[in-house]
Amino acid sequence: MLLITCPHCGERNESEFIHGGPARMRRPQDPSALSDEAWVDYLTVPSNPLGAVDEKWWHARGCGAWTVLRRDTMTHQFLPRSDDGR
Amino acid sequence: MERYSLWSLARNALTHHQNWQRAWRSPPLKAEYDVIIIGAGGHGLATAHYLARNHGITNVAVLERGWLGGGNIARNTVTIRSNYLRDESIPFYVKSVSLFDDLTRELNFNLMYSKRSMIDIVQTSPKMRDLRRRMLNMHNHGSTYESLSVEEVRQRIPSLTGGGPDSRLPILGGMLHPDAATCRHDAVAWGFARSADDQGVEMHQNTAVTALLRGPDGRISGVETNRGTVRAAKVAVVVSGHTTTITETIGLRLPIKTINLTAFVSEPVKPLIDVIVNCPDIGVYIIQSDRGELIIGGANDLGLSFRRDIKQSVFEDAVVAMLELFPAFKRLKLMRQWGGTLDIAHDASPIVSRTPIGGLYVSAGWWGGFKAVPAGGYTLAHLIAKDEPHPLIEPFSLERFRHLDFVLESGTTTAR
Repeated sequence: MLLITCPHCGERNESEFIHGGPARMRRPQDPSALSDEAWVDYLTVPSNPLGAVDEKWWHARGCGAWTVLRRDTMTHQFLPRSDDGR
Repeated sequence: MERYSLWSLARNALTHHQNWQRAWRSPPLKAEYDVIIIGAGGHGLATAHYLARNHGITNVAVLERGWLGGGNIARNTVTIRSNYLRDESIPFYVKSVSLFDDLTRELNFNLMYSKRSMIDIVQTSPKMRDLRRRMLNMHNHGSTYESLSVEEVRQRIPSLTGGGPDSRLPILGGMLHPDAATCRHDAVAWGFARSADDQGVEMHQNTAVTALLRGPDGRISGVETNRGTVRAAKVAVVVSGHTTTITETIGLRLPIKTINLTAFVSEPVKPLIDVIVNCPDIGVYIIQSDRGELIIGGANDLGLSFRRDIKQSVFEDAVVAMLELFPAFKRLKLMRQWGGTLDIAHDASPIVSRTPIGGLYVSAGWWGGFKAVPAGGYTLAHLIAKDEPHPLIEPFSLERFRHLDFVLESGTTTAR
């Protein structure tokens, strides 16, 4: 069981949270200006690192807040994250 | 190759089993081969076997970071079946099941193959609709699926005492897949390895590929390993969860993510369940092994993960789900748990494909890839030998993503 830090409630059990998928890169401002390759890349190719990944968590069985956290895919360790999440 | 038979068993018993031949050689690593296969797992070893047998290509090295058959081929839940959804998928898995049917004889290796049927226990109407649709399409492609009433399901699985009319999710019926089978997973790896070795293929364990190499013409030229550079004009990446880790060393990004799937086994008990039981609505499936252990598979952990253990939260969910339908299993002691790394493509269908880099092939996206081992190897060998896809895997090329021409597949348990 992971201990997940909610911005409002502090450290809580993973069972209170629902995984919200990867925090995706921002949608390109003008998709029609992109090459087909770059657009398909945006649509289908996720980042799949052996290491840190940013993902959304929903404190569904708690305060209801969404938060973005950085987690290591090898160790499940949560890592510090500087910018605020989307 | 020393043939295994009742006669060879008797003869070796007389000499106290001291004189069995080694199942495969450990030759020195050469500097160059015609084909390099990265990964001595089920798919890699099957590819090596079919390259030699069907295409006469034997100057092949299978490079393995760990030990032979130590990856997902040792970490799956041994289910062989063809109950898929799409026109593109079903014929491929029907072929794989039919190759499995004859594999013990072909490899002269006892796979302990047991064709014991699978029963899906259906507890919601949307799942029932989904499986009926699946059934009609499977009949179009020569697979087998029949609907069962609640009484028939309970008759086939007497230990199924939960899911009554007053439960949270009452059982509505079931689906029977008579083609489904199970077998000994290690034997699949070892059988393919022994046969490939006999035909001249070399397997090199403890040989980790650290990077792919390109020649001046942009084509693949070989691989860098912890034992030095090995050259080959054709390289196949068959490494399951770590596919992107390998291909990104050459700048090739793929529409794949790696996640962790949960499995665990109980203590051995007397014969209790003689079919493969799958509960798609609650995300758990159960098989009893020949040793009597219940092999229990749960759902996947949703986040990206390269871990090989399982998470307590996912494990608890699977146990709770199982006890809803099989309350008597509460008294079973659980003995071992493990996770496997699954690589799932964007549309959840496999990728067996050429790549934009000449001579580089990828076989990936095999979540639930155990059943696909023979057909995956068969078709990848064809692709490597002829540089043209076998008709069965033509829909599964990387090209489909470029045209957003997805083959959207859904699993039976894990894709909830």
